[in-house]
Amino acid sequence: MSWHQMCYEYDGSFEGFLTCVFESYACREEPVCFQGPEATALTLWDTRRVDTDRGKAARVFRALDARLGRGASRLVYRTFLTCLEDKETHLYRFLRYGFRRGRGIMGELGHPLVSTLLQAVRHLESEAHLFTGFVRFSDCQGVLMGEIQPKNQVLPLVRGHFVQRYNTQQFLLYDRTHRQALVHRPGQWAIVPVEDLRLPDAGAEELRYRALWRRFFQAVAIRERYNPRCQNTHLPKRYRGFMTELQSEPGAGDDLPEA
Amino acid sequence: MDVMEKLTILTDAAKYDAACTSSGLDRRGRAGRLGSATFAGCCHSFSADGRCVTLLKVLMSNACAYDCQYCVNRRSNDVPRATFTPRELAQLTIQFYRRNYIEGLFLSSAVVGTPDHTTERMICVLRLLREEYGFWGYIHAKAIPGTDPALTRQLGLLADRLSVNIELPSQRSLALLAPEKQRAGILAPMGQIRDGIAVSREEVVRYHHAPRFAPAGQATQMIIGATPESDRHILTLSQALYDKYQLKRVFYSAYIPVSDSSLLPAPRQFKPPLLREHRLYQADWLLRYYHFRAEELLDEDMPNFDQRVDPKCSWALRHMECFPVEVSRADYETLLRVPGIGVRSARRILTARRAAPLSFDVLKRLGVVLKRAQYFITCGGKLLPGLRVREDQVLGHLAALERPALFAAVPEQLSLFDGEAGA
Repeated sequence: MSWHQMCYEYDGSFEGFLTCVFESYACREEPVCFQGPEATALTLWDTRRVDTDRGKAARVFRALDARLGRGASRLVYRTFLTCLEDKETHLYRFLRYGFRRGRGIMGELGHPLVSTLLQAVRHLESEAHLFTGFVRFSDCQGVLMGEIQPKNQVLPLVRGHFVQRYNTQQFLLYDRTHRQALVHRPGQWAIVPVEDLRLPDAGAEELRYRALWRRFFQAVAIRERYNPRCQNTHLPKRYRGFMTELQSEPGAGDDLPEA
Repeated sequence: MDVMEKLTILTDAAKYDAACTSSGLDRRGRAGRLGSATFAGCCHSFSADGRCVTLLKVLMSNACAYDCQYCVNRRSNDVPRATFTPRELAQLTIQFYRRNYIEGLFLSSAVVGTPDHTTERMICVLRLLREEYGFWGYIHAKAIPGTDPALTRQLGLLADRLSVNIELPSQRSLALLAPEKQRAGILAPMGQIRDGIAVSREEVVRYHHAPRFAPAGQATQMIIGATPESDRHILTLSQALYDKYQLKRVFYSAYIPVSDSSLLPAPRQFKPPLLREHRLYQADWLLRYYHFRAEELLDEDMPNFDQRVDPKCSWALRHMECFPVEVSRADYETLLRVPGIGVRSARRILTARRAAPLSFDVLKRLGVVLKRAQYFITCGGKLLPGLRVREDQVLGHLAALERPALFAAVPEQLSLFDGEAGA
């Protein structure tokens, strides 16, 4: 017998999503669309609001871990961080299939339900890897501050890298797309929602290092090998917005005198 | 002279060195130290020539005592000279590193006075960084041939990767263009570094805190196109370096005319052989990850790569008797040799076909590049539906695929559908 098709409204969190999965099994309903807090589209289906329940979410996650394996629970969590369209629906279908199929699901790399998630997660992971290199910090009175505008939620993935690399430093990394920030001071870190953030203006010392870096970047290129096409492939334009070496300093110019 | 000016001169002098990656070592951050290293390395930017910018690549000094003809820093060349103080260089590294501009430092130098003196000054910089600034990030240092082995050892204990440039692919070319350097002089430190790494690996297994000597291994580079060696000669040399000296990487650097020397190609008409360099890197990749041997890729009848298609396609076209490969049964080694199937997609094929039968749609989802692979595989006993190509036309099709991505340096007037070239 088929389950009643529904639209679920939830708070947009991972735990909220897992609660939806729990409710769907408990009430024998099949959510065919999910609406987060910002969704405004009208739907044709009956709509139900699902309140996040950490206990229910934990039960679903434990079952997922136990019956589908570590790889699958990691895939599900990471997919939730991606910008895959209708990711909840894709995840829900994956879980429904997975709970029937069991551990073998992670071997079915070519199954459309699985490969959709794998591809989305590959995109997330490669974006996160690129950002470990492309992030630029500015020294604002001893605190390193930087911002990014990623497609996927990369902060949870790059967190470990930056926290251990800069364990002696205080830093803040702001994700403008998802309006959250990774903040760190020696011994402590957190990812917190931040509505808006404007980085303070750079001081003389900061401007000097930016100018030095720009100079290095220009000097290291070999004129006879000029190849902007290759540069674009490796460093797509959308990453360049916050990269020091690809912007000129307003007012300061590139040939800043020594401080 | 201020730091800005020094940085300009010494970056300009270092930029031709291609052996610049930050890979080969996983080292987690340590409390109280600044930095870490990741095994795959990390690109922080890409310069206008499309090359990865990962380390602060500078010379400590470009005031060279030698007069190597192919080198921009040769004694007889009229260029501005500069030298960093250890403090300037350490400051620059730390401040760039904190801002996430770089993954670490690549430190090379012209020979200042003697090799020993040069190495001592490099050690001074690295010691400052490691000890006073607590720098825990990646350091790549050049070992200078002719240095006292005891000094090279100290350098290797401070750096993560060492490299000695082999410079030119043959003894004859070296004698002609770099009279102060000798092949034996280059190979001696290479051997020393190899042995140092091996001993250090063993010691670390026994005593966790044993000092680590060049833990990210050893690399080298050679200049391509300044001298008449064939691709076959070069690739065979690389293979010997991987086999005998356990190098992590061999880098190829297309010769850029920096000299009017009558011993070198005339600068006016000369175009750097970028495509040739590209093909050599592809072939190098085949040696390191695809279990190919140099003698399989090139031989006496074909001493140079066909520049129109990549070396793997070129090999496959000359060995059509090995194809088509049935993807649902072939073993890993066989899959690796199919153009369009890489290390990752080969592994994925092995996993996926255990769970469910393969189809061409599935292969596509696994990341197989069907545009290349289609000529060389069957899936469930069948060729890709609709594929109608005579064997002698495959080369033309594969070359056409690459055309848009190739450099301007490609031989322009190709007859695309002539099947015998390169065979």
